[in-house]
This record gives sequence, C-alpha cells and structure tokens, in this order.
Amino acid sequence: MTASAGLAASFRYTFGRGNPNRRQVLLGLPTVLFLLFLFAIPVARFMLLPIADGTIEPYVKALTGELFLLVIWNTFKIAAYVTLFSFLLGYPVAYFLTVAPPVWRLIGFFCVLIPFWTSILVRTYAWLVILGRRGIINETLLSAGIIETPLAMLHSTPAVLLGMVHVLMPFFIFPVYSVMQRIDTNLISAARGLGAPDWRVFLSVYLPLTLPGVLSGATLVFILSMGFFITPALLGGGRVTMISVLIEQYVNTFLDWQFAGALSAVLLAVTLIAYGLMKWAMKGDKKW
Amino acid sequence: MVNRRRRSGFRILLAIYCGFVFFFLVAPLFVVFPISFSAARYLTFPPPGFSWQWYLSYINDPAWIQATITSIKVALGTTVLATLLGTMVAFSLVRGSYPGRSWVDRLVAAPIIVPNIIIAVALYGVFARFQLVGAWYGVMLGHTVYAIPFVVLVVGAGLRTFDQNQELAAMGLGASRLEAVWHVTLPQIRPAIISAAFLAFITSFDELIIALFTSGTNATLPKKMFENIIFEIDPTIAAVSVLQILLVGIVVTLAARFGVGMNPIR
Repeated sequence: MTASAGLAASFRYTFGRGNPNRRQVLLGLPTVLFLLFLFAIPVARFMLLPIADGTIEPYVKALTGELFLLVIWNTFKIAAYVTLFSFLLGYPVAYFLTVAPPVWRLIGFFCVLIPFWTSILVRTYAWLVILGRRGIINETLLSAGIIETPLAMLHSTPAVLLGMVHVLMPFFIFPVYSVMQRIDTNLISAARGLGAPDWRVFLSVYLPLTLPGVLSGATLVFILSMGFFITPALLGGGRVTMISVLIEQYVNTFLDWQFAGALSAVLLAVTLIAYGLMKWAMKGDKKW
Repeated sequence: MVNRRRRSGFRILLAIYCGFVFFFLVAPLFVVFPISFSAARYLTFPPPGFSWQWYLSYINDPAWIQATITSIKVALGTTVLATLLGTMVAFSLVRGSYPGRSWVDRLVAAPIIVPNIIIAVALYGVFARFQLVGAWYGVMLGHTVYAIPFVVLVVGAGLRTFDQNQELAAMGLGASRLEAVWHVTLPQIRPAIISAAFLAFITSFDELIIALFTSGTNATLPKKMFENIIFEIDPTIAAVSVLQILLVGIVVTLAARFGVGMNPIR
C-alpha cells in the first residue's frame, strides 16, 4: 500500500461513520480550518517567502550580518534580563501571596491583577510620564535642586527593561503562585524537624518543589520578551532595537518582505527552542 | 525562641520588599489619573490645576470616537467568533480521541507562542492580497486567531471538571444528545464560557500589534493611542487611558460576578 493510499484510508476512517469519535472530529473541524487558513499557512508562507522566490540569501544575511547578529543578541540579552528580574521581584511576591494573612493577600492580589488587566499601552504611557524630560522624576529632582539639567532616562535599555518587567512580571507570578499553593507544608516542617537551617530548607526543599512553576513562568516571560514590540518601540525610541522592531521596519519602511520573513523565522526558531527546552525539562507535568 | 524571632524578622523584610514591588506595579497607573485632569496645555507634572479639557478634547474629536467605535465593534465580533470556535474545539479536544488530536492541540495553542508581530505581518500579507486591510472584520479575524487559545484554556478547564455521565443519564431518560448538551452540560460550564467571552473581549480590545498592521486607516483605539504617543504626546491620551482602565475594570468586575472569575491564578 502506498503512503498516499494509507493517508487516504486513515482520512476516510477519521471522517467516516465507523469512527466513534466522528462527532468530536467534526466539532473541531471549523476551528482547525480557521486556524490553518488564517494562522498556520499565512505564518509559514511569510517565513518561507525567500525560499518561494528561490533564494536562501536573506536567512544567511539574518544569521551572519553583523548588525543583525547584534540585534538578535541584544534581544536575547534583554529577554534574559527581563526573565531574571521577574524572578528576583516575582518569586518573593508569589511567596508573600501564599503565606500572607487574608487582608494582605487581597491587597497583594489587587496590586498584581490591576496592572495585569490594564492595557500595555496605558502602562507604557505612564512610564513616559514618569521618565520623560519633563516627567515626574526630572521635575521633582529639578525643583529639589538636586540636578540642574533634566536627566535623559528614556530611549535607553534600562527604560525598556523597566517597562517590560512591569508588564511581564505577573506572567511569572501566576504559575509560581499556583505551584507554591499546592506545596505540602509538612515537608517543610519535616526538614526543620530534622535540624536543617532555614537557608538549607529553602535551597534543598522549597526551591526544588517550586521549580516547575519557576520554569513555566520563566519560559512564558522569556518567550513574550523575545517577541515584545510595544515597549521597545515606545520607551526605546529607536535607539534600543529588538528583533520585532526590526521586522516592523523592514515591512513598513524598507518594504523588504523577504528579509522580514527571514528575521521572523529566526525569532520563531529561538522562541520554539526556549519552549521546547521548557517542555523537555518539565516532562510529565502536563498543562495543555 | 531565637529561631522564631529570626523568622518574624524575615517576615518583616519580606513584607517590606514586597511592598516595594507592589508599589512599582501599581504606582504608574495612578500617575495617569492626575495628568488626565491637568489644566496645563502640555504634559507636565504635577498638574497646575484641575480641568476637564482633555476629556472634552477626546469627546469632541471624531477620530477618537471613531477609533473607539471600531474597537468595540471588533472586540464584540471577536468575542462571538472566538467563544464559538474555541468552545467547539475545546469539546473536541477534551472528549475526543482521534488520530491527530495532539496536532490539533498544538495548532490551537500555537497563537500564544508565536510572537504577535509575526502573526500580524503574516496576516497583513494575506489581507493585502484580498484587499481586507482597513476593514474592521479583517482585524476581527486576526484577533479571533489570537483569542481562541485563551478561550480553549478556560472552557477546556471547565469541561474537564464536568462529569459526562450526567449527559448519559439525560440521554438515558430520553433526551437527544443535543438536548442533553444544551440543558445539562452548557448550564454547568456557563461560568467558564462567560469568563472566556470576557477574556476574548479584553484580549481584542487591548490588542495593538495585529491592529497596527491590518486596520489601515480605520484605526482601533490602541492604534490611535500608539500613533498619538509617537506623534503628539498630549494629555488627551491620559484621559483615554483613564476611560480604558475604567472600562476594563467594569468588564473584569462583571466577569468576576457572572463567570468563574478573572483571576488567572485559580
């Protein structure tokens, strides 16, 4: 039997009346077709544009051109920093939300959820107001006589980092919190009872137990950071370039779709590798 | 005893540290409120006096109102389409076991993982060919792609906790399958579906990147805000921001009242 006949047979089985799951298949079909035609095929076509035109030169350019390597490296660095800061700021917060008395827990949730539900644009605008030339920090320092000329805080990597950590930290806190909540506190008591000092309890018992949450939170933040557009575009002001900003420029300014496609392929590859590594590290802990 | 004292010292340090983080998270939002009532003609802080001028400038500018209407139209369309498609495929994924199911699973989850900018540019390419750029329903289709995974996540979780035997019982008592699903299953997972619908609404209402590429001259609210920030940063956008914070607040409250809650932690 040829491969295509095999495929046809399995196709006939999947959609045929003999399949007890036929109803489920038909129920999923419209969504699958929708996503194929408006998502999977357009995305694949876009990234394979150069190949369709019979050249691999754009991919080579994206992976060897000095400027592009720099941008890719820069994007990677920013994503790594954002992930690190989300961990440093978010991990204690997740712990706080787990152990705090009810009133404080409520206030804490409020503080994490309100920004989470606020538009990223609004939050980025707020940072412009705070960090701008005539912004809050500059006006305060000027009127206090601490500085004489306004500081240039915008359009810098730290400003972009600040804005991105602010937007993405909740994505780290949620999975870590949900893991922390399920931890059996008897394990902690047992470790203490056996004479382990606090730091040892944390490093050998608590942290490893929360690792699945940390991994999925960190991966989520890293993936979202790699493709982030709004904050670098507004707070970076063209001086801090990330891949996504470059893709936008090649489409809208240079009208070079081939190269934009090649850059997108690189961005997606890095994203999928990060995602694959996380899946591999968390084998068995199935969420989807 | 010493141990206990050290532990309470640790708790105080933790509380102070988290207090700073909470301040960092919330403070920027409260900056927007005073600016929106500023009497100054440009962006300055603290505002020199109180005025409604930026709210009036929003209401009296047809471009802002048009953008708001477009955004609401797109978000409502997305809500209907994404909730319908997402719920159907959630049923299929949770209950079915057919060859290729894991691939359907991956396809449905993929729009969250693939960076938005790639989806946006890819759709822009397709829409440009079919002259859909600038049509509100084009943006709606794009937002639906992006919102489906969220709907599946929420409705799927609701479906998994539902005991399918209840449906069988209803059918045993003479209901058709459709009646069983309609009268037994759907009422029980209604909170999940409602939450998913609100989630789809907010996802679309806040989305910028897909709209940036596909909405053309028919800008959505986020696109108009983005352009405003880039070209003429005046406090009108602060007023719009306040209105948007209030609208999302209302939607989240409604969802918490009628859905399973918009707390993504649970």
